Amino acid sequence: MVDIYVMGKHYAVPEGLTILTALEYCGYRIIRGCGCRAGFCGACATIYNFKNDPVLRYDLACQKTVEQDMYLTQIPFFPAVKAQYDLEQIKAAGEQILALYPDIVKCFGCNTCTKTCPQELEVMWYMSDALRGDIREVALKSFDCVMCGLCAARCPQGLVPYNVAILCRRLYGRYLAPVSDHLEQRIADIESGKCNSDVEKLKKADENELRRLYSERDIEPAY
Amino acid sequence: MYPHYIEESVRKVEATREARLKETLPRLSVDAKTPLLQKFHPDYVAGTMRPLAIGPNKGDSTPNEIADLLEANSRIDPDKIDLSKPDYDVDVLVIGGGGAGASAALLAHENGANVLLATKLRLGDCNTVGAQAGTQAADRPQDSPATHYLDTVGGGHFHNIPELVEALVKDAPSVIKWLESLGVNWDKNPDGSMHELSGGGASRLRLHSARDYTGLEEMRVLRDELRNRGIGYVEFSPTVELLTDDKGQVAGAVLANMETNELTIVRARAVVMATGGMGRLHIQGFPTTNHYGATADGLVLAYRAGAKLIFMDTMQYHPTGAAYPMQILGQLVTEKVRTLGAQLVNADGAQFVMPLEPRDVVAAAIIRECRERGKGIDTPTGQVGVWLDSPMIDLIRGSGTVARELPAMVRQFGRYGIDIAKEPMLIYPTLHYQNGGIKINADGATTMLGLFAAGECEGGVHGRNRLIGNSTLDIFVFGRRAGMAAAQWSKQANPGALTLNHVRQWQKNLNESGLAQKRPISPLLLPDYAKAIPDYMPSYAKESLKPSWMKLA
Ligand SMILES: Cc1cc2nc3c(=O)[nH]c(=O)nc-3n(C[C@H](O)[C@H](O)[C@H](O)COP(=O)(O)OP(=O)(O)OC[C@H]3O[C@@H](n4cnc5c(N)ncnc54)[C@H](O)[C@@H]3O)c2cc1C
Ligand code: FES
Repeated sequence: MVDIYVMGKHYAVPEGLTILTALEYCGYRIIRGCGCRAGFCGACATIYNFKNDPVLRYDLACQKTVEQDMYLTQIPFFPAVKAQYDLEQIKAAGEQILALYPDIVKCFGCNTCTKTCPQELEVMWYMSDALRGDIREVALKSFDCVMCGLCAARCPQGLVPYNVAILCRRLYGRYLAPVSDHLEQRIADIESGKCNSDVEKLKKADENELRRLYSERDIEPAY
Repeated sequence: MYPHYIEESVRKVEATREARLKETLPRLSVDAKTPLLQKFHPDYVAGTMRPLAIGPNKGDSTPNEIADLLEANSRIDPDKIDLSKPDYDVDVLVIGGGGAGASAALLAHENGANVLLATKLRLGDCNTVGAQAGTQAADRPQDSPATHYLDTVGGGHFHNIPELVEALVKDAPSVIKWLESLGVNWDKNPDGSMHELSGGGASRLRLHSARDYTGLEEMRVLRDELRNRGIGYVEFSPTVELLTDDKGQVAGAVLANMETNELTIVRARAVVMATGGMGRLHIQGFPTTNHYGATADGLVLAYRAGAKLIFMDTMQYHPTGAAYPMQILGQLVTEKVRTLGAQLVNADGAQFVMPLEPRDVVAAAIIRECRERGKGIDTPTGQVGVWLDSPMIDLIRGSGTVARELPAMVRQFGRYGIDIAKEPMLIYPTLHYQNGGIKINADGATTMLGLFAAGECEGGVHGRNRLIGNSTLDIFVFGRRAGMAAAQWSKQANPGALTLNHVRQWQKNLNESGLAQKRPISPLLLPDYAKAIPDYMPSYAKESLKPSWMKLA
């Protein structure tokens, strides 16, 4: 068994549980602070330290295994500053980031955000890319962000890196990613009715006919 | 790093890898699939389903866990609820804050409706964020909507509803474009063409992805857009009952704040149900890939109000849930791992099924390999599994592919000391998806006036088995259609006085049939994990190998 302390109270829990399942094992019924239970939604951001080591650590409660003498507490997700914008009315220009999030100039490079990120992203680096107006770099470096909010919770300047990051990713996807010609072509084909007759034939086919067509269909190699 | 006795089997997998790189198992014929499914797929296990005793689908079979909730008692006493002063009065109420709900809300708003979205956890805490592999759309020159159609109905064993499949495949390319215009970052080749992958049951490379965070990318963009447009939403307020009017049309909902028990009454001219799936019911004790709130609430609410369900006797077990380590037991190992080239291999290092067969077939083959042939690998929790040989990917596609294409998987297993680029992954089927659901037409309209449905809570599109990448397509296709249709209906709807008469009638029927005392209350809202066996502990795990703390007192 592993000794843990939940908001100061001692519990012994079996080895191999995550922080989330350990809290449930202790009898805490969780409403806030739990979503996907699989490391994707960021609902379960958690801060912990150890009985004899006050340094704060950060992680996702649904992924982190409990360790001996952990001091646990849950910090529920809370709202943060988010710029409201109409994606169609703004430009994919570097200045746009600063126009919507003027406070990012206040970053003094303490690197707390990077140390805090449970996804181990280079948060401070992408914030400096944002300052330089490099939308693509922010999009790439921040891509695996689950928007758990820990970086914003810990930033001494009150910045919200994860919202700056999604602005850049959306600008990148909308304006900077190269256009897919075959996608445009297929949409035009469908709109002009070119694909209708083939689909119509299948809609009308009886089960035997569908079975035959299905087993005879040619299969493109996977790689 | 695996425990010592498991490492022995890893050595066997390594020993056969080179030979297996050149070995392709044939796909099974339609005739060979049927007996395999009937003998080993969980849907066919005797005694695990029963016909419903009451309601619009009386006589139709569904898993016991779902039947219990569909036949259950309401959480509310209609006589104690004042409907005369609704807290909200809107054109369209969307229930559920996943991909289907967000799309419906955006489209209803675009079509001039005053929209409220109400959800159980936070906006975006849902199954959609968990989707890793991708979204299907037939947009390459070698592909066509008709080919997508054929793959989809073949995967669904030819039971799919034709109009719904038609809508699915014909809307698909424009859905991909819509998402991109909202700022979704698709994986692309340098010339802008889509980087597409194959998937189980698909005859073309058709899967659009965003690394292995596809659903997260889709969901966070839609959530951001809802906020940009100022569309109203309330969180931690699940719907506990629908409201009808005196003409029997759906006309709103009763929401309950899970933290304070405060009730909120919403009057709406149209309602879109988008509550997702049922994995947290742990059918047959299976672990699940689903989010915390996947408890089939939407089925219960719609059914009680009088809507018909369809294909409620078929659940999807994803072939590859993590079987080790225990921290992530049952969590998804994305099909993209197989798509990229990983084979399924038994304890001796031999392949036993073509890895890109439809999901039900692969799942059944894995269960056969473990149960009948005894070629599985036992783990310390008692969970048995087979290998998914992920190191093959870099051998086939060049080193660095695993790191680039599967960052979420690398991160998840890396936490527990397993490097999936070098070591295979232990997997076993896990409860993943509800193939059936609320019956809809191509506009997302249910059999009840005023009620629409979209996403995993509806059924018919996928027949009896859904293909990879067709659900994150379904949620946008039918989310958008239902949102649009709900907005249009709201303009012509002529709602009467709000009532909870359908709940009174339901309770009366339950009492008369003697079921009221035997059944729990529903919707369930959340599973109860506090002090119970953790959700990832399957009940079929071997008793003797269970750590004592995992046995119920
Ligand atoms: C781990 C995982 C991986 C997957 N991978 C893929 C993939 O690669 N490709 C693919 O196509 N599909 C995939 N799927 C399936 C697909 O992601 C889902 O089926 C789909 O996203 C469901 O979307 P939805 O909007 O219908 O439901 P969800 O996204 O689950 O949203 C439902 C919402 O309704 C809320 N809700 C529930 N009950 C109530 C209530 N009573 N009142 C109010 N709100 C309520 C929930 O909290 C949630 O916010 C995957 C699923 C999972 C779980
Ligand atoms: S619960 Fe979703 S990341 Fe932990």
